[in-house]
Amino acid sequence: MSAILPPSERIWWKTPVGKEEIVWILLALIWCIIMFAMMPIWHIYGKQNLSNEAYKTTPVQYEAKVKAMTEQHTIRTQLVGGVDVPVVAPPAGSDVYMLARLWSWYPMLELKKGESYRLHLSSLDWQHGFSLQPININLQVLPEYEMVITITPDTSGEFTIVCNEYCGILHHTMLGKIYVTE
Amino acid sequence: MSQYRICPDTGLYFDRASEGLIKANAVAGVVALLIGGVLALLVGLTRWPAVHLLDAPDFYLVLTAHGINALIFWLIFFEIAILYFASSSLLRCRLATPRWAWAGFALMLIGAVMTNVAIFQGNSSVMMTSYAPMEAAPHFYLGMILFAVGALIGCFVFLGTLVIAKEEKTYVGSIPLVTFGALTACIIAVFTIASGAIILIPSFLWSIGLIGQIDALMYRVIWWGMGHSSQQLNVAAHVSVWYAVAAIAFGAKPMSEKVSRTAFLLYIFFLQLASAHHILADPGLSSTWKIFNTSYAMYLAVLASMIHGLTVPGSIEVAQRKKGFNNGLFEWLRKAPWGNPVFSGVFISIIGFGFIGGITGVVMGTEQINLIIHNTLYVPGHFHATVVLGTTLTFMSLTYFLIPVLFRREMIMPGLAKWQPYLFSGGMVVFTLVMMGAGTLGVPRRHWDVGFAQAAEMGLKFEFPGSATMMLGLVGISAVVAVLGGIIFILITVGSIVWGKKLEKSAGLMQSFGFALAPSCYTSEKLEPVKGPAADLEEHGSGGFEAPGTFVLALVLLVTFVVYYFINWKYLSSVWPMG
Ligand code: HEM
Ligand SMILES: [Cu+2]
Repeated sequence: MSAILPPSERIWWKTPVGKEEIVWILLALIWCIIMFAMMPIWHIYGKQNLSNEAYKTTPVQYEAKVKAMTEQHTIRTQLVGGVDVPVVAPPAGSDVYMLARLWSWYPMLELKKGESYRLHLSSLDWQHGFSLQPININLQVLPEYEMVITITPDTSGEFTIVCNEYCGILHHTMLGKIYVTE
Repeated sequence: MSQYRICPDTGLYFDRASEGLIKANAVAGVVALLIGGVLALLVGLTRWPAVHLLDAPDFYLVLTAHGINALIFWLIFFEIAILYFASSSLLRCRLATPRWAWAGFALMLIGAVMTNVAIFQGNSSVMMTSYAPMEAAPHFYLGMILFAVGALIGCFVFLGTLVIAKEEKTYVGSIPLVTFGALTACIIAVFTIASGAIILIPSFLWSIGLIGQIDALMYRVIWWGMGHSSQQLNVAAHVSVWYAVAAIAFGAKPMSEKVSRTAFLLYIFFLQLASAHHILADPGLSSTWKIFNTSYAMYLAVLASMIHGLTVPGSIEVAQRKKGFNNGLFEWLRKAPWGNPVFSGVFISIIGFGFIGGITGVVMGTEQINLIIHNTLYVPGHFHATVVLGTTLTFMSLTYFLIPVLFRREMIMPGLAKWQPYLFSGGMVVFTLVMMGAGTLGVPRRHWDVGFAQAAEMGLKFEFPGSATMMLGLVGISAVVAVLGGIIFILITVGSIVWGKKLEKSAGLMQSFGFALAPSCYTSEKLEPVKGPAADLEEHGSGGFEAPGTFVLALVLLVTFVVYYFINWKYLSSVWPMG
C-alpha cells in the first residue's frame, strides 16, 4: 500500500501507468533531446566553442616556447612585485603562448581587437584556472597538457586573468593581464 | 531480550543489532555535520568581504575540512544508516553479519578522524578534490581509503541482508520501493568506491614516494568518476527518503511502481562516465566524448530525477485527495502538515532540489555553457542546492522521524523544530542564489581575496563590479542564517537523544509536533502487501489526471528550466568568440 511495504500488486510491472506520468515523461524526454541537440548545433553555428586541440608537453618544452615568443615580440615591460614582466604583442593570427605557474601568469599579452590568435595554455607545476575577467571565460590549465584555443577579442581594454583553480597558499595573488587595443 | 523490537507507534521492526548500528552511524554523521557546519560559518564569514574573518592559510585549511566533513563524512555515515534501515527494518529481517558492520563502522570512524587530523595539522589544505600534482600528507589519503573500505563493508552488509530476507521469506512479493531505491544507492556506492580506490590508492603511494608521478588529467577523470557517482548516490538516497516520508506521513502509495523503479534503474545505467560534466573545460578530451557523456549519460539520469520529482509529490497529492482535500488544484498542498518538520523539510527539499539544484546543474553541465561558469562561485552555489537543500535537508527530516521511532525519545522543543526547516532552507535558498549570482559575475570559488588587495600591492590591479561585492555580502549573511538553522537542528536532535523523555509505550507521540501518522504504517504482524483499492483513485483529480496540481507544478518547473537554459546561451553568445 505504500512505498515502505512490498507493492500491493504482486505483478506491479503490469499495472497501467497514469496519464500525467506518461505525458510528463514524454515532455521531459523531448526536452532532454533538445538539450542534447543544442551542443552539436552550437559547434556548427555558435561562436563560442572549445577547439579541443591539445598536446602532451613537458614544463621544460613549454617554457622554451614561451621564451622564444617573448624574446621576439616583447614591446614593453610592466613592474610586478619588483620584477619586470614582459608585455608581448605577437602578430595577428599567430601562435601565442602563456604559461601558468605558482603564482603568476606569464607573460602579459597585447592583442588587437577583431584579430584571431591561437592561444596556448599550460602549467609548469600544479593545476590552475584561466578565468578571463570581466569577460568571464573559464578554462582549466593542466601541467603536461598544452591546450590551444583560437580567441578573437571583440572588445578592447584591459582584461585580467584570475586564477580560479585553487593552487596553494598564494592562489589569490595570481593575476595576469591581456591588453586589447583598437 | 528478544532479537528485535517493534516500535509501538509505527509498527516498524528493529533488529537489535541493526538498531545499534543505525544509531551509531546516524550519530557519527550528525557529529560530522556539526563540524562541517561550524567550519561553514568560518568559510562564509571569510567570503563576506566586510568581515573577511580568517587569514589565507586558515581559510584554505578550513574550506578543505568543511568540504570533506560535510560532503563525505556526514552524508555517507548517514547513508549507511539508511541502508541498514531500508534493509533490516523495512524487510523485517535480521541484519547480516553485524560484526562486519561494526568493523566497517570502526574503519569509517578511524578514517574520518585520520583525514581530519591530517587536514588540521596544516599540510593537507588541498581541498576535497586534492587535485594532483598538489600533494597532501600520506595520512590524508590513507584516512579516505579506510573510510571508503568501511563504507564498502556497509554496502555488502546491506546486500547480505537482502539475501537473508529473501531466503528466510520475511516478505511477500517484491522488496518495497524505498528498499529498491536504497539498493540503487548501494550499487552506485560500490561503483563510487571502486573509482575512489583506483585514484586514492595510487595517490597514497605517490605521497609516500612509491610512485613517481600522477597525470593531472587522468586524476581528474577518475576522481570525478568517484566524485560524480557519489552525488548520484546522494540523490538515490534522498529520493528514497522522499518516498519513505510520503509513505510515513501520508500513507502515499507510489503512483506507479513500474515508473518509479525504472527511474531508479536509470540512475544506475547512466552514471558510468558522467564525470564528464566536471571536466568540460579541460584540455585533452574530445567534444564528442564530452557531449556523449553529458547527454546520454547525464540527461537520462536527469530524466529519472524529473520523474521522481513528479511522482513523489504526485503520490502525496493522490493520498491527500483521497482524504478529502480534493478542491481545486492545490487544496491538498495547502492542507498539508506544514508544521511537521518531517514533511515540510522533505517538501522544501523536493522544490529546492528541482528548481535550484537540478536546473542549474543541467545548465552548467552543457558543454559550451560551462565556459562561463567553470570554477566560479556558481559551482558551489549550485551544489549547495543539491547536497544541502536536497540531501541534507531530507536527512534532517528523516532524523526528526527517527528520534521517537528509533531512539524512543520525545522530541525537545517541538515548537522550534517546526521552524527549523524554514530557517535553514530560507538561509540556504538565498545563499545558493547569491553564490550563483556572484559566480555569474565571474567571482572565483575557493578564493580568499577577491578584492585582490595583496595582488594590488605587487602592482596588479583588478576589481569585480560593486554588485559582486554586494552579492558576497549576502553570501555571508545568508550563511549565518543557514548555519543558525543547522545549529538549531543539532541542538534539537542531540538534545532530544540526551535529555528527551524516554518513551516506553505508544504515547500518540507523533501528534506532539503535528505529526499524524498514516494508518498504513501500522502493519499487521506479518509483512504482507496490503491490497489497495486501486479503482477508487480514479474518482479523484480531474480530466483523467490523478494529480493535476503536481502536474501543473511540474510544468512550471519545465518552463523555468527552458527559459533559464536559453538565457545562458544568450549570455554565452556575448563573450569573445573562440574555437
Ligand atoms: C549551513 C550551511 C552551509 C554553509 C553556510 C556553507 C558555506 C560554504 C561556503 C561559503 C563554501 C565556500 C565556497 C568557496 O569559497 O569556494 C562552501 C564550500 C563547500 N561546501 Fe558548504 N556550506 C554549508 C553546508 C554544506 C553542506 C551541508 C555540505 C555537504 C553536504 C557542504 C558542502 C560543501 C562543499 C563540498 C564545498 C566545496 C569545498 C571545496 O571547494 O573544496 N556545505 N560551503
Ligand atoms: Cu593558480
